[in-house]
Amino acid sequence: MTSRRLFHCIVALLIVAGIGLGWLRHSRMGIPLLPGTHRPVWLAEARIDFIAQGEPVTVSLDIPDNPPGFSIFSEQAASPGYGFSIIEDKGLRRGEWSIRHARGPQTLYYKLQVIPTPLEKADPGGPPPKIEPVYWNAPEALAAGQLLENAYAMSSSPESMTRELIKLLNKPEPGQNAALLLGETPLAPLLAKLLNYARIPTRIVLGLRLEDGRRNQQLSPLIEIHDGRHWRLFDPLTGIQGIPKDFLLWHQDGQSLLDVKGASHSTIRFAMMRQSIAATQLPYAVGDRSPLAFLGPQSLPVEEQNMLRMLLILPLGALVVVFMRIMVGVRSSGTFMPILIALSFLQTTLLPGLPSFVAIVALGLLLRGYLSRLNLLLVARIATIVIIVIFIILFSSLLGYQLGFNTGMTVAFFPIIIISWTIERMSILWEDEGPREVFIQGGGSLLVAVLAYLLMRWPLMAHLSFHFPEINLITVALILLMGNYTGYKFSELRRFRAMFPRLGP
Amino acid sequence: MKWLVGRKQLQEMGLLGMNCRNIDFIGRYNRRSLYQLVDDKLKTKQLAEGHGIPMPRLLFSVREQHRVKHIGSLLESLSEFVIKPSKGSGGKGILVITGREGELFVKSSGAKLTLQDIQRHMSNILAGLYSLAGTPDTVMLEERIEMDDRFDGYSYLGIPDLRVIVFQGYPVMAMLRLATQASDGKANLHQGAVGVGLDLASGQCLNAVQHSLPLQCHPDTGKAFTDIEVPNWRELLVLTARCYEMTGLGYLGTDIILDRQRGPLLLELNARPGLSIQVACGFGLLPRLRRVESLRKKHTCAEDRVAYALSVLGTMNEKCATEISP
Repeated sequence: MTSRRLFHCIVALLIVAGIGLGWLRHSRMGIPLLPGTHRPVWLAEARIDFIAQGEPVTVSLDIPDNPPGFSIFSEQAASPGYGFSIIEDKGLRRGEWSIRHARGPQTLYYKLQVIPTPLEKADPGGPPPKIEPVYWNAPEALAAGQLLENAYAMSSSPESMTRELIKLLNKPEPGQNAALLLGETPLAPLLAKLLNYARIPTRIVLGLRLEDGRRNQQLSPLIEIHDGRHWRLFDPLTGIQGIPKDFLLWHQDGQSLLDVKGASHSTIRFAMMRQSIAATQLPYAVGDRSPLAFLGPQSLPVEEQNMLRMLLILPLGALVVVFMRIMVGVRSSGTFMPILIALSFLQTTLLPGLPSFVAIVALGLLLRGYLSRLNLLLVARIATIVIIVIFIILFSSLLGYQLGFNTGMTVAFFPIIIISWTIERMSILWEDEGPREVFIQGGGSLLVAVLAYLLMRWPLMAHLSFHFPEINLITVALILLMGNYTGYKFSELRRFRAMFPRLGP
Repeated sequence: MKWLVGRKQLQEMGLLGMNCRNIDFIGRYNRRSLYQLVDDKLKTKQLAEGHGIPMPRLLFSVREQHRVKHIGSLLESLSEFVIKPSKGSGGKGILVITGREGELFVKSSGAKLTLQDIQRHMSNILAGLYSLAGTPDTVMLEERIEMDDRFDGYSYLGIPDLRVIVFQGYPVMAMLRLATQASDGKANLHQGAVGVGLDLASGQCLNAVQHSLPLQCHPDTGKAFTDIEVPNWRELLVLTARCYEMTGLGYLGTDIILDRQRGPLLLELNARPGLSIQVACGFGLLPRLRRVESLRKKHTCAEDRVAYALSVLGTMNEKCATEISP
């Protein structure tokens, strides 16, 4: 009995592995469980205009590195005649365009698609940066000192001090000090200057407020203070801490946003748009290189993908065949022939497929009846049937075309050798056991084929089997289980009914 | 009659289902490597000869296609013979010639065949049309069996044959298969032959079915089945029991034919015997199979096993069977 236990362990293991791997890949990589799921994507476009003076031009743009709350799905630069490359230096990425010779107004584009992702923990932080010295003129220094004193008195930490300072500067009626300072410097740089003055390391970061269909936008500033361990983001208008919703951080480090060498009048503007893409494309596009991604056939070229799509759906057909033969007891001609028929139905679809299959086999049987009189050897006879079948398909294609259907064409997908063997076997069956058996076995084959087709056709199954190949482990487990079934087939409940004459009405 | 019966009722009857047969009996007791001994009738014949088990005499065999062309001269002197594919199954491809009418060969059904028809049939056999896996095959020509008089009127055209299931050397169930017009002289139940369940203890008729439905007398000859009794029952069972030693197959279907002169002859063996025998007998195989399985010490001698079968196994389902038998 231990072998029995081992068997059940293997089956359980296969099922657990199938479900577990599938769930893991679903939750970790975001592969959707249902077909047709779409995810929003933001398309942001930076447009750089400048006037070139006929010298070599180098344009360097800071581009998002690893914006919190988003992952980069794709990026590209459109810039006719320019060389473009992304330069990475200490984790900072800059896009760099270059051209030897340019004159007149020039326009460069950088496009970025980002996918909203759940916010992760704050950045790991690092040592506080060196504070740059701040210079004020005398009245400003006095006003700044008083303002900071007020904020300091009402706060207990760098964060709360920042919040208080933002409140003071954003009052509907700012005090004299605030008004004086705001008259000289815009809000965000002023905040940075004040906080640095108060020995709190502060920098300005730039980001894009994402709104669908906006053009000619500028980056909005946020300020970021260092509390000794981490950088903390604040909105300089509201004082709200943390990254705002739909805010794409574009420029974070202290360097410049845009450097243009060899040209003048450079401006940068942004446009953005909300798009949606099929959720199944995301996990692979994001470039997950984990072992979980290895199982996904989507990383393969499209041609291989299509072949795999077919292969990975096949086990379901096998499952149907096993079920119908072992549990139900349907008789079919050729064990796995129904799967092949079902596969060809997948290409022809059921409505033209089923009638034309039946028609071809029937016509073939008719012609085969004549062949049996020619006293041919078996191999030659089947070869002849193959050619007859090809001719039947040719004529039905031509006829279909003349009549304006294109069903004739779809017939060509049927595996010709399979049809020929079917015809031959049916014909022998007819001679040996009569038409009744032909209808039983032919009908059984078609029934299994249609059921297998319907299951393989089901979009959910097609989706699951392709995106979660591990699901086939469950299929194998089910087939193994059925392979061990020693109970009665459904058909046997009818077959042995004659043994219970007393039970009848 | 109900359209379906419940699983539970089948279980109570001890009916052996297809899946259970394949896994628990064929899979467990029949080694694959031994299959070829019974799937190839020529091999069975050689084996039987070595073990002194009588079989119908082989006239000659044809292995090559080119010999079919010249088969006419070999057939000239023969008026009755049987053509069989060596690896055929389920009686497929068996052609019984009962006489000659000039150039023509007369089939058991009375239909006449030309030499060409016979040659085509042989070509088909050689090409593997009737063989289990479609592999090339050999044609066997055997002498025709002369039917034992005691079965006169019980079989239409064909000769009745006996199917005995032998499990680990113990005969467990037996039936007589009678050809009918519907079965075209063949003794296969699913083709419409009549199955007569036999009492394992006595060789007497228990019950008869055609197409799974009970009947009292032969549909073509009208002869009642009730007084069927197979002669030399014990010797016949010993013959089947010895097939276990001969092949080593634990779950075996033996087909026996009764010749007027030679007595019981082994016609062929089957490593995957069908389940219809249960319908013919009116009870299930499982209790007997489990009984044999539970035997701690199996009998080594075929005679002892038959004695056990006659005394113990043969009385196991009596009650159930008499209730149903007509």
